[in-house]
Amino acid sequence: MVDVIVFAVGAVVVMGGAIGVVLNPNPVRAALSLVASFFGVAVLFVLQEAHFLAFIQVVVYAGAIVVLFLFVIMLLGVDSSDDLSVQPLVGQRLAGVGVGIAVLVLLLAGLFMSGPGGEKGTVAFTGAQSSTAAISSDHPDVNQLAVDLFTRNVLAFQATALLLTIATVGAVVMVKERGATPKATIEQDETN
Amino acid sequence: MEVTQTWYLVLSAMLFSVGLVGLLIRNNPLVMFMCVELMLNASNLSFVAFSGVYNDIAGQTAVFFVLVVAAAEVVVGLSIVVALMRIRPAATADDLTALKG
Repeated sequence: MVDVIVFAVGAVVVMGGAIGVVLNPNPVRAALSLVASFFGVAVLFVLQEAHFLAFIQVVVYAGAIVVLFLFVIMLLGVDSSDDLSVQPLVGQRLAGVGVGIAVLVLLLAGLFMSGPGGEKGTVAFTGAQSSTAAISSDHPDVNQLAVDLFTRNVLAFQATALLLTIATVGAVVMVKERGATPKATIEQDETN
Repeated sequence: MEVTQTWYLVLSAMLFSVGLVGLLIRNNPLVMFMCVELMLNASNLSFVAFSGVYNDIAGQTAVFFVLVVAAAEVVVGLSIVVALMRIRPAATADDLTALKG
């Protein structure tokens, strides 16, 4: 029963934050709605006993990615409200909502239409239980995640480390000021 | 009544479609990026739900990698946005038509 209540609260926060991101004209408020949505997802992770992932979700998504968004919004000064009633193509908003509803119906149909033995109304879980990386309840989930990550997926792990380095270097290169003379330094500003 | 994995999958589908609608409707590049993050979160929810169904830790490993790649993607995407906005301030996604044929 407590699980149902926690799931309901988490689901409301997640969907409320998501709808807030979509409908808010002000980008800063949209970013804060995004934070709320991420916290809701972290609560749902905890409910599924993925505690390490909940922690990483809060630290990386809510704590780094959204902060990066807010930095860029404040840096560029684009925090003025958008005009949501402007649509470049006629009927774009309606078509967008229609496509979203169609995708949702498609996903739910795919989920419920074929069960494991082909029965309708049951959810389509078609695989088998794991034999190599089964979760056991006597070890913490972070230990099992670490074992899986550093034994079976160590190549992907190294590749993501390389990816992060490349992304950081690329970001620095892309936002670097071009030209031979650097911008005015603090000493020059102080003498003015 | 018990919370089964189906509930998480339905919620993930709803979150994904809300992110999709936002991506299609909004024209501010930063808000469009936020809607992409919503869709990635929906897929993370799905992964963890399936990890519980099949009792397999590989679902949580996949979430770990999705998180890392999403962080790298945000870094690169926001630097692109900054570089673009520096040249054309207050550009929306509809104004960025330099590559149009």
